[in-house]
Amino acid sequence: MSTVVERVWATLEHLTDPEIPVVTLRELGILRDVTETPDGVEVIITPTYTGCPAMGQIEDDVKASLLQAGIPARVVTRLAPAWTTDWMSDEAKEKLRVYGIAPPHTTRPDVSVVKFMRHRPAPDEVACPRCGSTHTVVSSQFGSTACKALYKCLDCQEPFDYFKPY
Amino acid sequence: MNAPVDYILHLADNAVVLGQRNAEWCGHGPILEEDIALANVSLDHIGQARLLYQLAATRMGGDATEDKLAYFRDETQFRNYTLLELPHNGPLVGYAVSDRDYATTIVRNFLYGALMVLVWDALEKSPDADLAAIAAKSLKEARYHLHHAADWVVRFGDGTEESHKRAQAAVDHLFPYTEEFWTSSAAEDAAVAAGAGADVRSLRAAWDAIVNETLAEATLVRPQVRGYVPEGKHGRHSEHLGYLLGEMQGLARAHPGATW
Repeated sequence: MSTVVERVWATLEHLTDPEIPVVTLRELGILRDVTETPDGVEVIITPTYTGCPAMGQIEDDVKASLLQAGIPARVVTRLAPAWTTDWMSDEAKEKLRVYGIAPPHTTRPDVSVVKFMRHRPAPDEVACPRCGSTHTVVSSQFGSTACKALYKCLDCQEPFDYFKPY
Repeated sequence: MNAPVDYILHLADNAVVLGQRNAEWCGHGPILEEDIALANVSLDHIGQARLLYQLAATRMGGDATEDKLAYFRDETQFRNYTLLELPHNGPLVGYAVSDRDYATTIVRNFLYGALMVLVWDALEKSPDADLAAIAAKSLKEARYHLHHAADWVVRFGDGTEESHKRAQAAVDHLFPYTEEFWTSSAAEDAAVAAGAGADVRSLRAAWDAIVNETLAEATLVRPQVRGYVPEGKHGRHSEHLGYLLGEMQGLARAHPGATW
């Protein structure tokens, strides 16, 4: 006999990111929590980037899945703590790589704002998701979605996306 | 203590006006990568503006909504810095739409971006938990914006004779507008007095450090600034804001409540 909270997790487990359909919302850390409150079950989601156009779709997907499963629950968007790519599991990172997106490095939260400029860190050494070479260059810090940068492999010559540490 | 609504609107107006301005490059970027970059940066600004307008609307209560705040306030009610509403036309080019100057765009993003990493960093510690949560998210985005703009400032300044000339002209043109950062306004004073806002003047030394270091690397000269100080955050704007809002608000006003 599973609890309603467990049923919600199980129902939402198949939901993937609309733009990166190989990783689930749970694996990405967007689906944060499911709690039972006196007012019913609450599903907590958190936005990735403030302007990410996929967030509306994600909220709709969550609501539609719960409705279909006949589970009454409210979807609540919570900003804090701010989403970070550090929440992504190793398993999810490997799925990204296989899909052709270089997974994010760990963020560097200790880098203060001013220091960030003064000692601008060398760009992350990003391995090509196809051939594994680290002989890569950044083509643009902004890619096809808010969460990605554009890179190019100098060995296999393939352009690829890098999921930015955030 | 919570930050006053007027202060939240000042932050929101800054974000929405620059987001709208930079979105003009969408489909017209100098190269594909930069077209995409500017659209991404605009999306972040508009996302930040939405969170701030939503927060302001919640605190105002009544029938206030994020859309009403963005689309149904007039020019004199906007509290953004004048710097952010200026067109992309630098002093060395004409005033037709096709004369947009990317150096002007980049230098503006840099001067404002250097301020915002510091402002969001300060606001992340605000006792106003809602504002602090928005700041924590925005800081991550602002760092990328600053990194992007600073890289291009160096590339332009330390680039060809033409790119250096344009970058220096943009710096000379835009720098006087940054004086507005350091003057006080009632909304900012109230936010600082409440302990919930960032005291921008205390961030000036850090801003100077970022700006001076980047300009030096770019072989660009920081101009001596004196004279008129713009007052956009007091609601007294240049002639450019009206046109920008005309485009941004036109649809919402022609079809109130429209959805699609």
